[in-house]
Amino acid sequence: MSETDTLRDNRDRGGPAQPLVLAQNLTKHFPIRSGLLNRQTATVHAVDGVSFAVHKGETLGIVGESGCGKSTTARLLIGLIELDDGTIVFDGDALGSAISLRDMRKSVQMVFQDSYASLNPRLTIEETIAFGPKVQGLADPLGRARDLLGKVGLDPNRFAHRYPHELSGGQRQRVNIARALAMSPRLVILDEAVSALDKSVEAQVLNLLCDLKDEFGLTYVFISHDLNVVRFISDRVLVMYLGEVVEVGPVEAIYGKQAHPYTASLFSAMPSMDPDNRTMEPPLSGDPPNPVNPPSGCRFHTRCRFAEDVCSGAKPALATFGNHPDHLAACHMHDPASGHSLAGAEASA
Amino acid sequence: MSTAIALAASASTSGRRGYWSGVLKRFSRDPVAVGCTVILLVLILAAIFAPYLDLADPYKGSMIKRLRPVGTEGLPLGTDEQGRDMLARLIYGGRLTLYVGLMPVVFAFFIGAALGVTAGYVGGFVNTVIMRVVDIFFAFPSVLLAIAISGALGAGIVNSLVSLTIVFIPPITRVAESVTSSVRSLDYIDAAKASGGDAFTIVRVHVLGNVLGPVFVYATSLTSVCMILAAGLSFLGIGVKPPEPEWGLMLNTLRTAIYVNPVVAALPGIMIFITSLCLNLLSDGLRSAMNVRD
Repeated sequence: MSETDTLRDNRDRGGPAQPLVLAQNLTKHFPIRSGLLNRQTATVHAVDGVSFAVHKGETLGIVGESGCGKSTTARLLIGLIELDDGTIVFDGDALGSAISLRDMRKSVQMVFQDSYASLNPRLTIEETIAFGPKVQGLADPLGRARDLLGKVGLDPNRFAHRYPHELSGGQRQRVNIARALAMSPRLVILDEAVSALDKSVEAQVLNLLCDLKDEFGLTYVFISHDLNVVRFISDRVLVMYLGEVVEVGPVEAIYGKQAHPYTASLFSAMPSMDPDNRTMEPPLSGDPPNPVNPPSGCRFHTRCRFAEDVCSGAKPALATFGNHPDHLAACHMHDPASGHSLAGAEASA
Repeated sequence: MSTAIALAASASTSGRRGYWSGVLKRFSRDPVAVGCTVILLVLILAAIFAPYLDLADPYKGSMIKRLRPVGTEGLPLGTDEQGRDMLARLIYGGRLTLYVGLMPVVFAFFIGAALGVTAGYVGGFVNTVIMRVVDIFFAFPSVLLAIAISGALGAGIVNSLVSLTIVFIPPITRVAESVTSSVRSLDYIDAAKASGGDAFTIVRVHVLGNVLGPVFVYATSLTSVCMILAAGLSFLGIGVKPPEPEWGLMLNTLRTAIYVNPVVAALPGIMIFITSLCLNLLSDGLRSAMNVRD
């Protein structure tokens, strides 16, 4: 988005250079309780010290295997689950002190993966969309709902009074998008929003999302496990593994050269479209380790081809990689001081 | 052009049909459920309008006309052990029996649903307190619990209403709690929270509509149990007192006549059987009619 677009939004406070969301050290540990007295016996480290920024007008893609903490991060961002530690700064206002959760929710909305479970089966889709504006006291909620139905490509005269079970999956997901937009949000979190749709419908919804982004000046956090979709829609990509950020950078930098071995194996699992350029690297085997007892040091060392002693001993920090200043990766191989045998070679390459 | 407008209009009106009219439509296609509804309506209307039906006095006995069989002239259903007209007593008896059979479930529905939805939606400590107290009541068999409470409070209609209400609160609470906790974990509740709705609004708009249906169907199935329990309390002499006509009590007083005139003695039992069977089939019909996802 251009600078003038962001300036047009009168809710913009810090200007285009200030990130819309600054997440610092987000941490969420879920206790596992068991036994007679319901004592806490273990902890799931769902999200562990995740920090990132979402710039105004961009689309940040978050990728990773199932269970890596993508959805938990999304729910932390929108305040559906409480933070154990860390801070969220929304356009310069720290959540909890400068801006209340209730106020932030007017600006942050979410589209869920399961299009059926995210619509109340007893409400018409018009009522579902109008619910948010109604509780926030916005003018003419039903008119707004019908207007948005038109915007997401559903004729209000035909669809406004229908129930969710009378719609197809793609139509339901359009309703979910309209519901999110009804609050006039600045940030929309799309949690696997197109994953459950078949390919042709997925493409339509992705195009719709792109159009709506331009029309309403939105910022997206796009969570997906589909790397092709992420490449299509994202400006920057954040790769998560076992509740931590392993790599973050502009989409062309990461898709060009992956800095972290985990990202590399994630991309090698993507089928190649070019028969002359077949995938030669073996895909990653096995499941991610149990987040109840995450591995020491670099959490990926148990599955990493390049793992050495240093990897299980010390946790690597996010550091710049390659020639792009925004491309960060957390791997000892890129830190010459780490003592990893490949560190020098990678640094010179 | 005009056809296009007409088409659009018909499309929008066909889309406007509400949830309950859909339920009614599916319900009316179920002959068993409709038949049961008709029988229940006849019973209820007869009970309500009993004084206008030109029936004999249900309290007035006759020492000469005791235990006349079914089909006696002027006495289509015979007489009981005190010579009172059975037809009049059965119809008047429906008033008390249906009242005592339905009202506890109605009260228990409101109290149990409120407790269950609160426990299910709030969760945590509140849930633990409510559900453990409910569990204590589950430790007693329902008949025993009703007898114990009625016995402690003393005989009488109000006391048996109270005791039966207490008996039916725990099962309704438990159903409401389990349905609410499963609804609470669905994404549309999260979406409503993310829209900034407070707990009360979310429960009113998004939870109740999805919880009360199943709880209502369950409560309907309890009415037959309640009627039988109420009749049982009267039978044991801790519910309605003689000479009030009430099916359970009539069954009790007529049991001495079972060898003399078994058909007449069985009549109150047959009425209880028909009513509870109809209520059960009605709740089955409601359950399938309320299922939107077919």
